[in-house]
Amino acid sequence: MEKLAENKIVQDLLPQKFGKQGQIWVVCLLAICAVGFYAYCRQLYYGLEVTALRDYASWGIYISNFVFFVAISLVGSLITAVLRLTDVHWSTPLTRIAEIIAVSAISFAGLIIIVDMGRPDRFYNLFTHGRLQSPIIWDVIVITTYLFISLLLLYFPLLPDLKIMIAFKEKNGKSLQKLYEFLGSFWKNKPEQFKITDKAINILSITIIPVAFAIHTVTSWLFATTYRPGWDSTNFGAYFISGAFLVGAGGVLIAMYVFRTHYKLEKYITDDHFDKMGKVVVLLALVYLYFNINEFLVPAFKMKKSEEEHLMGLFTGEFSPIFWFAISASMLIPILILVFKKGRKPKWAFFAGILVVVGSWFKRFLIVTPTLLHPFLPMHDVPKNYTTYIPTWEEWAIAGGSLAGALLVITFFARIFPIIPIHETIIETDSHEKA
Amino acid sequence: MKTNENSRREFLATTLLAGAALAGCGGNPFTPDEVTDVKPSGEMVKLLSVDGEIIEVDKAFLKPVPEMPSVPNSEARVGIPGKKFAMVIDLSRCKSVKKCQSACNHMHHIHPGQNWIKVYPMQESEKTAPYWQPTTCMHCDEPPCVKVCPVDATFKRKDGIVLIDSDRCVGCRFCMAACPYSSRVFNWEEPQIEKEIADKPYSCETSVPQKKGTVGKCDFCPDMVRQGSLPHCVSACPNGVFFFGDILEDSVTNGAETFRFSDLIKDKSGYRLMEDLGTKPSVYYLPPVNRNFPFENTESEKK
Repeated sequence: MEKLAENKIVQDLLPQKFGKQGQIWVVCLLAICAVGFYAYCRQLYYGLEVTALRDYASWGIYISNFVFFVAISLVGSLITAVLRLTDVHWSTPLTRIAEIIAVSAISFAGLIIIVDMGRPDRFYNLFTHGRLQSPIIWDVIVITTYLFISLLLLYFPLLPDLKIMIAFKEKNGKSLQKLYEFLGSFWKNKPEQFKITDKAINILSITIIPVAFAIHTVTSWLFATTYRPGWDSTNFGAYFISGAFLVGAGGVLIAMYVFRTHYKLEKYITDDHFDKMGKVVVLLALVYLYFNINEFLVPAFKMKKSEEEHLMGLFTGEFSPIFWFAISASMLIPILILVFKKGRKPKWAFFAGILVVVGSWFKRFLIVTPTLLHPFLPMHDVPKNYTTYIPTWEEWAIAGGSLAGALLVITFFARIFPIIPIHETIIETDSHEKA
Repeated sequence: MKTNENSRREFLATTLLAGAALAGCGGNPFTPDEVTDVKPSGEMVKLLSVDGEIIEVDKAFLKPVPEMPSVPNSEARVGIPGKKFAMVIDLSRCKSVKKCQSACNHMHHIHPGQNWIKVYPMQESEKTAPYWQPTTCMHCDEPPCVKVCPVDATFKRKDGIVLIDSDRCVGCRFCMAACPYSSRVFNWEEPQIEKEIADKPYSCETSVPQKKGTVGKCDFCPDMVRQGSLPHCVSACPNGVFFFGDILEDSVTNGAETFRFSDLIKDKSGYRLMEDLGTKPSVYYLPPVNRNFPFENTESEKK
């Protein structure tokens, strides 16, 4: 009886070939990536001139995209580490989804920062001439650390699954079989091996929490260590981290829905999961809302001259449509949807997840650009187009290409590896049945 | 007149020094095959030798050095020993002629439209008086740009000057975000410079040639200072707005007038911009009182 259930689980969860929908999806993503790549080639050739970035708005959607990627990658630590350490078991089927989002997002965060550099050919200078007092170097260090810990957290729980997959030699095909054997042929399901990986996963789960806090705190410090209105805030670290957990959880809601409907995983990603994740998102949105109130209301109460222009630009000025859209889409509306039991049904939760993620992307744009367009000394003695920032098609193409690239990594990962941990699911069902 | 003679003598001495240096490097500049081309003209000139002796050389053997070789990067990073440079900008004299700006743009081959020196029409509030405020790089003693640079491409020298090594800059633009005075500009595209200048090796002291994908800003013209001259903006200003000098010598000059720095700041209530940020700028401002010119903003009409 038990054996049968186990076979069923394995059959359900083994990675599947792309169907027609999957193929169209991959082709679309590849096309977006190709356009982005072409735009980047143009940027390499002509310089950052092809962007709308100028001396005042010297950072734009590349940097907001970077902050977005770092933010969404934090979800890996939330789901795998925080929930694991607090002994929450319902999140087990979601760990791998969260972890691959983390790995792919943090890799593209690194890539997009190179895209933003005026001299990517001198990237090695960061290592040959790096100076520890610059927050950029801190970011390089913590992001690399986070990437490696996340990769290990993805890999160790994958080992027992690799053993299961290696058994399906004919189904895998030659190259995939080789990959699985390369990654996991040493794994024999021995108790000692489990002992080692369990211990390693525990250690990694503990270490990843401070590292995750560090990546996003340091990213916030890229702004908060400057004097500018809108960035000069002691609230910034906590504000960024709470926002990061929110967008990551929103991303997981989307991924849960897509994988569940596409791979028919209703038995594994249940309505109950949406219900619980929905509650998590409400909590995180409330926390982020709290930090937003701190971030905007306190300076608005004082209305210091330097802050005033910036704040009024957001509240009622040129950035107000994006500002109010971002606040309502990333926090208010999702809270209103997910606070109700009906709103936590998969479809509504999926919709709320999309709102959170899209709103959060624009929120990152608002963190970066409006501040730069409100310098201490008025904008002066520059060409007219230096005083505004409307991204060019090259910037949209590159930013879009990086987002498509991140989705592509997740897609291919789900094609090659089981997106729901097979071994852990079997263990969970076993313990449920025994209980 | 006297200064002219002095500088010529200095120039010739340097020529000789340069010749000697070349000889030391192995390639003798007076090799026979070269000398055969040059016929003595019979006209002799007096030169100051390295030992301080006056010597006579035939004019035909003199080779002009096209320009002073710039100091090596390692020296440019240290600065001129025993100096601490500062600038005083007298707002009562400025009428936004912008000769400072055009001279600076010309000498540093700055991209059209961009400026290292900006002349702001300032008015603190509705009822207060408007005035012109030229800004250069503030060469802060606590430079926020230097703090954030990840690769030490922008650095603070012992003589107080903040410079940029465009051969090292990675173009992350963190320094631009960090600078509260908006004094930094970026080379968004390939700089439009004549090939002859673009091909020169970059010097931190001249900030020339500017390079694509790197940051540029006012450098206090240390190359001019090394030669005993004033920065381009100082000598270009027809109204003597800019004073430049050494705080350790306690003197600043705009070329025509020289003041004791401490007295000038004391007598005219000099101040620095955004003192509350703690950046400790090296540029001081004298308030726009007893003005030489009324404030006339023709720029806003042009728009």
